Amino acid sequence: MTLSIPDLFSWVLLCSGSFFLVTGALGLVRMPDVFTRMHAASVMETLGVGLILVGLMVQAGFTLVTVKLICLLLLIFFTAPVASHSIARAAMADGVEPKLDGPKLDAREGQIKPFFERTKKLTTPIDAGEAESAASVLVEEGDIQPDKGGPS
Amino acid sequence: MMYVIPMVAVLIALSLAVFRALAGPNVFDRVLAANVIGTLAIMLLAVLGFLNGRPEFLDVGLVYAFLNIVGTYAVLKFFRYGALGGEAPPDEESEERAGVMGVHER
Repeated sequence: MTLSIPDLFSWVLLCSGSFFLVTGALGLVRMPDVFTRMHAASVMETLGVGLILVGLMVQAGFTLVTVKLICLLLLIFFTAPVASHSIARAAMADGVEPKLDGPKLDAREGQIKPFFERTKKLTTPIDAGEAESAASVLVEEGDIQPDKGGPS
Repeated sequence: MMYVIPMVAVLIALSLAVFRALAGPNVFDRVLAANVIGTLAIMLLAVLGFLNGRPEFLDVGLVYAFLNIVGTYAVLKFFRYGALGGEAPPDEESEERAGVMGVHER
């Protein structure tokens, strides 16, 4: 059994898409956090689904099936990141804290502070002095700009 | 016969996603896993159609894709506001949360 060139091309696409699907599913099980799991699921929903559907398109040729596959691909390609984004936003606003690495926590805290402060205010009272000192340290180092008019 | 490989991959991914949906500690984990399961069901339909030589299930897949995004939004909105639109109970907490989500600000 010899494979023609389109068959070989679609076989490569289907196999790589399958690889990304299994990898993303493993990440969905093994990752420690909602947000990192979302990252793994995004790999599945863009790369895995995209490659497999393009491989099926190569198999289908110029038919109505290809048109349906293109519609399906565009629909998933645009709605999956939107769903991921709203899941992340809902989780963040509900007080689910992202797991951060230990030593890098101070440097990263300044970057996610403006959004994180607003969301944390709803669940736990934040230590104002601590946040102020951390922010001032970062401003002195020139990492971030001082936030004017933000929530105090 | 080349469709067996994506079929097996989709089935493996489905079982792992079902595990995450059952074991997820958070409600957002479950919503994420349900979203992934819906996407994988679409892939299962597409690949199964090609495997049987009759790719007519793709229309069903399109409908599943629409229902997937709408269902995800419905569940997320229900768990954020406690109601699916209309008049939510106007307590203080939900007002503050709506402010955070940018509903009242923009």
